[in-house]
Amino acid sequence: MSTFVAVVLLVLLAAACGALLGFAAIHFKVESDPVVEQIDAILPQTQCGQCGYPGCRPYAEAIANGDEINKCPPGGEAGVKALADLLGKDIVPLDESLEEAAPTVAYIREDECIGCTKCIQACPVDAILGAPKLMHTVIVDECTGCDLCVAPCPVDCIDMIPISDKGWSWPEPAQRIPVQQVV
Amino acid sequence: MNRGNDIIFHSSYQIHGGIHPPENKAQSNQSPIQDLPIPPQLVYPLLHNDRPLTPTVEVGERVLAGQIIADGKEATSANLHAGTSGIVSAIEEHSLPHPSSDKGQCLVITADGADEWAPRSALKSAFEQPREALLEHINQAGIAGLGGAVFPSHIKLASQVETLIVNAAECEPYITCDDRLMREQASELITAIELVLYLASAKQCVIGIEDNKPEAIAALEEAIQLRKKETDLDIRIGVVPTRYPSGGEKQLIELLTGQQVPQNQRPSALGLLVHNVATLYAIYQAIVLGQPLISRVVTLTGDAATKPGNYRVRLGTPINWLLEQTDTQPYERCVMGGPMMGFELKDLSAPVVKATNCIIAAGKNELSEPSQALACIRCGECADACPASLLPQQLYWFSRAKDFEKTRDYNLFDCIECGACAWVCPSHIPLVQYYRFAKTEIRAQDEEKRKADAARKRHEFRTMRLERDKKERAERHKKAAEKRKNAAQSKGEVDEKKATVADAIARARAKKKAAKDSSS
Ligand code: SF4
Ligand code: SF4
Ligand code: SF4
Ligand code: SF4
Ligand code: SF4
Repeated sequence: MSTFVAVVLLVLLAAACGALLGFAAIHFKVESDPVVEQIDAILPQTQCGQCGYPGCRPYAEAIANGDEINKCPPGGEAGVKALADLLGKDIVPLDESLEEAAPTVAYIREDECIGCTKCIQACPVDAILGAPKLMHTVIVDECTGCDLCVAPCPVDCIDMIPISDKGWSWPEPAQRIPVQQVV
Repeated sequence: MNRGNDIIFHSSYQIHGGIHPPENKAQSNQSPIQDLPIPPQLVYPLLHNDRPLTPTVEVGERVLAGQIIADGKEATSANLHAGTSGIVSAIEEHSLPHPSSDKGQCLVITADGADEWAPRSALKSAFEQPREALLEHINQAGIAGLGGAVFPSHIKLASQVETLIVNAAECEPYITCDDRLMREQASELITAIELVLYLASAKQCVIGIEDNKPEAIAALEEAIQLRKKETDLDIRIGVVPTRYPSGGEKQLIELLTGQQVPQNQRPSALGLLVHNVATLYAIYQAIVLGQPLISRVVTLTGDAATKPGNYRVRLGTPINWLLEQTDTQPYERCVMGGPMMGFELKDLSAPVVKATNCIIAAGKNELSEPSQALACIRCGECADACPASLLPQQLYWFSRAKDFEKTRDYNLFDCIECGACAWVCPSHIPLVQYYRFAKTEIRAQDEEKRKADAARKRHEFRTMRLERDKKERAERHKKAAEKRKNAAQSKGEVDEKKATVADAIARARAKKKAAKDSSS
């Protein structure tokens, strides 16, 4: 008798779990394509459009659909390598028409700014603060250095400044070097 | 081995690994601490823990000893104070006391010889003050962990704990500044301990000290006994065997309490707070004497030092001034910090900073010549020596292959960079350097990732906003059109255009009227 009860209980439990899983599979389905997600995670998110797409995600989708992996200059050679590793493709040099540049950040010469808001409309990550007819400022920590705000500015008051102070970091030891041990 | 009193106890807990390098402490711990003369120029790197500080004084301004000359915006930075009176003569590039030997922005003070002090503000009856006042006082005084980590003390002290552990192990060879400080300023240190106990609402204190410092142990014991006659205090001295690196924070805790600090957590997780002896003395100076952190005790030692010993040095003193004043002979190598964790100084115009506990002017053959690294023979000695129970060999392979994810999996960030593994390695592989390299690379990658994620989010948000705006606009247009259509239908024949025109005229009229009303 007790065996019977146990079997029934277990069957019920299994059925309940199955129903729950089925429900979850339908209701919490992740819409997006995991490959696109993985590619997007590698792209640098500068959103500069140099790849020919309006941002990193569209380019990620294009790569998933077979586009070349060497069109993103901000990602550089390291980015190409990571994409090649992920997709099992060969490493190709960066597209010659594009150049890997040092990271920069936008700076608005505020006394020259006429407050036309053109740069705000161009900025892909909302990194510029300002209101119509008032001077505008770049939030340095949020600027990706994409360059897109420079061209629209009618008075040419935006400069791209290289990020120089990345701080010092320990160098990679040469493969055969004097030991740092000093006793 | 209990001596029969309850102040001193010998801990029986042990840690994994550890090594016994030659101690080399006798050269410098024989004579009392001496004051080093103030140099004609003091140099202050505008950096704290590699993060920038902002000067609060201008070039040409006269400053007094103890006046704040720079502060940091970040929580991990501490105020910087002028070491003596004089003129701020420049803010310029200058050699930094840093393994990179790089130059960096420094503030230079030309001393005027008067050594005139800014008004000192001691905290009267500190034990009746609210904790916040004491913390703020310590913050203002620019006190940071003088054991080497230079983490701002007021932040550490803000947590409430059971037990204060005083790190008096001073396990690294050559260094004796804490030893001398304990011998000479024991009662001041006990006062500082009482202050910190009050601040952290802690009930007891254990001073963790290696058994190679009997004089310091005796001095502390006497000071505690004296104080115990006046008040009820629970301060004990936990003696641990001499073995490097017993003074690592987590190692000392394990040696004294038998407990392991959980991974990625601070000692406060166990209700513990660890402070170094020199830091406690700085806290005493700040609260009782009203003196900010402008000097520290530095051990000068090594075969080339003719007058090895401990010197009270104003921060900002160029190291070559220290060597000149002590008639140090030409040396082979000059190391800042100890032989295990320190680094070689290339340019001796670099100044003494808060983290400088020792200068070794090494003679010929004293610190062994860097030998060529050979291939790893997989002997496993490094793993036996590691006090953090890591696998240094594996960490080395993965760091070298730049497989940073793997180094993380092998708990690279638990490595305290003590150098025990490199010390025992028969192939002389610069293991610690590989770990430091891997750590900085990982940190940089994490930062990049953080920025990319933030940019992705902002971009997604913006795209969504633009789309929503577009939709809303379209909807508005549709609604307006519908309205007009309805209006036209109800009026019958009037065509849409007319209605719109009429609408516009009506609106303009209403507006005019409103303007008139409000102006009249
Ligand atoms: S080129 Fe610019 S927009 Fe295109 S993927 Fe690279 S960073 Fe993103
Ligand atoms: S501020 Fe300019 S450079 Fe920076 S992210 Fe925005 S558009 Fe790009
Ligand atoms: S585009 Fe140029 S002028 Fe216009 S708001 Fe931006 S910075 Fe100012
Ligand atoms: S340096 Fe790191 S890996 Fe080497 S012994 Fe010390 S804690 Fe272990
Ligand atoms: S001690 Fe040196 S040689 Fe031996 S396993 Fe470790 S790294 Fe390799």
